[in-house]
Amino acid sequence: MSIGEFFAMGGYARYVWPSYALVAAAIILNIVWARRALQRARTEARRRVAMKDSAT
Amino acid sequence: MAWVWFHRLGSPPYIYGLAARLTPWFAWPAALLIIGGLYGGLVASSPDYQQGEGYRIMYVHAPSAWMSLMVYTTMAISAAVGLIWRIKVAHAVAASCAALGASFTFAALATGSLWGAPMWGTYWEWDPRLTFELILLFQFLGYMALRSAIDDVQRADRVSAVLAVVGVVNVPIIHYSVEWWNSLHQTASVMKLAKPTMPLEMLIPLLMMFLGFTLLFVALLLVRLRAEVLTRERSAAWIRDVVNA
Repeated sequence: MSIGEFFAMGGYARYVWPSYALVAAAIILNIVWARRALQRARTEARRRVAMKDSAT
Repeated sequence: MAWVWFHRLGSPPYIYGLAARLTPWFAWPAALLIIGGLYGGLVASSPDYQQGEGYRIMYVHAPSAWMSLMVYTTMAISAAVGLIWRIKVAHAVAASCAALGASFTFAALATGSLWGAPMWGTYWEWDPRLTFELILLFQFLGYMALRSAIDDVQRADRVSAVLAVVGVVNVPIIHYSVEWWNSLHQTASVMKLAKPTMPLEMLIPLLMMFLGFTLLFVALLLVRLRAEVLTRERSAAWIRDVVNA
């Protein structure tokens, strides 16, 4: 099988590749979202701890 | 004595640390399984005798659909645990599921649509399985909307948990829809008690994708759970140790 044939997917390229792209996007976005949520929560927690320290 | 582990699991600082330690043990196997499954599904397996290369959408469609049901079930069970035993961490798990579930339900619907177009001759049909899966997407979105509409976290937990628990009836409906109704959608090829109706060279990459998606879900859930616990426990003393570590 040549590279060209592989990407042509037997004529189904316009259905197969968008499907894979969509699911890849879902996976990548979920990884990014999860990490960003944790990062944000940590920054916020750090800020609150620092605020408490400066108050006392 | 046997309840000690259960009580520990209810303790936010313990859960926070445990989730952090466990994440790589799920994330790396998930990555390997998905990469292996992609190779098996796209390259190593032969074309289907009826659908040619078009059937390869299955390797991303079926695991996404499986993920949508798995995430909802997890969300509903933890919501129920939160309601019954008033465990805050359980509510945090439920809340961490919603966005994940919504995105994979959308992916299942969209890839199904892209698969339906060449094989059924239509992108959409008000077929039972498709319709109930669409309802599942609205359930996730409704759950998220409901949570964001209530400011008080504990009230949001309780109200949204009731919604999640009630909505779980849709999970068996989606699963059995292809048997209960005369559906355009094919019946199960893997998730059934009898022998799967699929050659091994197709079944193995598909199972790798199923397992990979399951582990990916756990890894993502663990990261989201830490964020959720950290936000909820903002005033607790243990936060200081975590932040400074």
